[in-house]
Amino acid sequence: MTEHCRRLTPRRRALVRLSRLLAAGAALHLPSADAHDGPLSEHAAIVPASRDTLTVVGPWELTGLEPSRGGYMFTRMEVAQTLLDADDQGRLLPAIASDWEVSKNGLEWRFFIEQGRLFHDGSPLIAGTVLASLKRALAAPGVLRLARIRSMAVSRGAILVTLAQPYAPLPYLFTHSGTQVLAPSSYGADGRVLRIVGSGPYRITSVSLPQQFDVEFFDQWRGEPPLVRRARYISVSRAETRTLMVQSGQADLAFTLDPPSIRRLLKQKNVELVAAPLPRTTFLKLNAGHPLLSDVRVRQAISLALDRDGIARALLRDADLGATQLFPPALALWHQKAMAPLRSDPAAARALLRQAGYAPGADGIARRGGQRLALTLTTFVDRPELPLIATAVQEELRQIGIAVKVVVGNSSDIPAGHRSGALEIGLVARNFGSLPDPVATLADDYGLEGGDWGAMGWHSAALTDALARLAGGGIVADSPEAARLRAGIAGELQQGLPVIPVVWYRQTMAVSRRVTGASIDPFERSYRISALAWKASA
Amino acid sequence: MKTLFKALIQALLVALLVGTLCFFMTRLLPGDTAYRIAAGRYGYDMVDAAAAQAVRIELGLDRAPLAALADWWGRLLRFDLGVSLVTAQPVIDEIRLQLGQTLRLSLMAVLLSLPLGPLPGVLAGLRPGGWFDRVNLAISVLLRALPPFVLALLLVLAFAVQMQALPAAGHADRGSLMLPALTLALGLAAVSSRVARDAMASVRASSYYAFALGKGLSASQALLRHGARNVATPVVAYTAVQLVYLVEGVVLVETIFAWPGIGHALVHAIFARDVPMIQGTALVLGLMFVLFNCVVDLACAALDPRARRA
Repeated sequence: MTEHCRRLTPRRRALVRLSRLLAAGAALHLPSADAHDGPLSEHAAIVPASRDTLTVVGPWELTGLEPSRGGYMFTRMEVAQTLLDADDQGRLLPAIASDWEVSKNGLEWRFFIEQGRLFHDGSPLIAGTVLASLKRALAAPGVLRLARIRSMAVSRGAILVTLAQPYAPLPYLFTHSGTQVLAPSSYGADGRVLRIVGSGPYRITSVSLPQQFDVEFFDQWRGEPPLVRRARYISVSRAETRTLMVQSGQADLAFTLDPPSIRRLLKQKNVELVAAPLPRTTFLKLNAGHPLLSDVRVRQAISLALDRDGIARALLRDADLGATQLFPPALALWHQKAMAPLRSDPAAARALLRQAGYAPGADGIARRGGQRLALTLTTFVDRPELPLIATAVQEELRQIGIAVKVVVGNSSDIPAGHRSGALEIGLVARNFGSLPDPVATLADDYGLEGGDWGAMGWHSAALTDALARLAGGGIVADSPEAARLRAGIAGELQQGLPVIPVVWYRQTMAVSRRVTGASIDPFERSYRISALAWKASA
Repeated sequence: MKTLFKALIQALLVALLVGTLCFFMTRLLPGDTAYRIAAGRYGYDMVDAAAAQAVRIELGLDRAPLAALADWWGRLLRFDLGVSLVTAQPVIDEIRLQLGQTLRLSLMAVLLSLPLGPLPGVLAGLRPGGWFDRVNLAISVLLRALPPFVLALLLVLAFAVQMQALPAAGHADRGSLMLPALTLALGLAAVSSRVARDAMASVRASSYYAFALGKGLSASQALLRHGARNVATPVVAYTAVQLVYLVEGVVLVETIFAWPGIGHALVHAIFARDVPMIQGTALVLGLMFVLFNCVVDLACAALDPRARRA
């Protein structure tokens, strides 16, 4: 027996050695994955959150440190700033630029840089560094290409932007996160962004791409010091997980919740729900150049077939979100309270199809001259409710005699189908608030040739003219003249139906009871953590 | 030596096959790649024909597919996995971080599954048909039948929401490893406990075990000297089969728990048509498979003298 045991010992010893080796390897290698981000970014390691850390969770992944890519997360967490800011109504506010002016001909814009601000590395924020960031933004795909910018330069401490043609919404472009201003120390030798050195109230302490970053109050910030001194953002892709995180007290703010989660959170004592309308509309983008869709009566029939309140109630669990026009109430200046709303009337829809020369065939689908009224509806999964809405639309159109085939692909099918002309109907969600003034977005969507996310094969001279006048400058945004032009644009879209609005959106945010003062930025530019306060009991 | 050589050949074949398959599969996915990559980079609201064209030119997406494939093979030979199309970071750097997180999670899951699986399995096998065996069977069936995401939600509800003992998700807080690891471990344990139970039952019924008891060894002596090694061989061999479950589970569990591992990265890379990332992550997952299989073969050989001689 003893001999038998002794014979085994070397192998046992080898096994013990192997297990020790494995454990040592694990100890050596694994924490290093956690401890440093290596060449991805040059920020410090992530450490466990302390009690006084405010945790924000949302679905957005940090796709990189570049302002044009993951940059919007750094403006939302108030780390990086843009030249200008906007309030809830979309009015411009000073930020890095204290003031701005435009020459009489509308071609030369001057943005005056406020003196005395510091970047998080202690270097002064001067016009030269602002110009470098803006030039990088101009070179990357982004909003600045909407204006025809001829040159950008520094002139007596101000940024001088020279345009090839007048463009009134220019200041709004400088509120976009893609134009955020970073310190020269943010860039590596090859020009890539290696760390985020901004000028906002919070500075970054650590980044773990693509999931998480931590910030703390920048003590040389010149404004009012915030009560929340430390915060963390975690990208959590599933809505259920975000809900559970706020329910368990791990997260303090949770964004983009699905209707079932919202209903569950309504019953929670330790969570408060804050909702605000968003300037986003889901609509059917129609190819008005298509032989079956060129007749406005067919487009009107499609609009009359839709039970928008039903879709909003059943799929978004919020009956108020049925769209009565393209511009949602969140776009206060553009929403037309007095305009006759889009309505639902399947009988009238069938009558319109008859007027257009269609008669129901044996299969219930309308025909004209032997041609079936059959169309393809393309949508995508980036927003989870779109495929559901698509099938509801499919059934509602079948009831008036239009056969619809639903194709669920990805968002790129819409601009690609627009360019190739193959798109028939697209179901899309358009954000009119990516810039606080939608003129720039609309001019892009409803210009002479339509737009990837707007009209296709349709244009209205009156509408193009009105947009051009609003974009061309010389008209004050809150003047009666501007209001008349906006009403005209909304009316043209309601009459011509190049796109058929279906539902509007509401952002719902779950807030833990540890904090007070939470509010939603309708333009999704900031989480407003500097405005939050800890509850006394927490 | 022979096992190592076999593994090396396997690794090479897996690398070529996975990379080539990924390459063609991503080409066959519907939708325009340039638009899709632009959407991954800049958000879908910012995508238009101009952004897509810029991406197309930057990445040379118009090149002939065979030229692009040959290019990838060439770079693979130089151990260069390329640059992520979305984040513009070297794929190897991203994978190094994510693989570390995935290994941490998988290792913890396997460690947790040992006391949860084989141990009760052996106890059940000592008395087949007894009450412990039946309870064990019921729990195993239940755990294996539950999809990982349901199990994950139940665990979060119990440990994070009700008890507030562990973080619900994320990777940086104390204890954030526990719930995802436990989700995987329970799935692994459900099967390994049954394998251990059957192995134990057959050892217990064998004549050599009866002889061991007959010559006067106590129950625990007989189990340790004549039972343990015989039970361990099928359990260890089965671990290799279970790795499939682990790899599949990691993709799901990482997404649910927002765990920044390689499975999560693969899902996001597919959404964004980040071809180098898809190829890189699939390659690493495939090689991991070969590596683990090789380790299991070696462990089996160490445990079972018959396998060494064969």
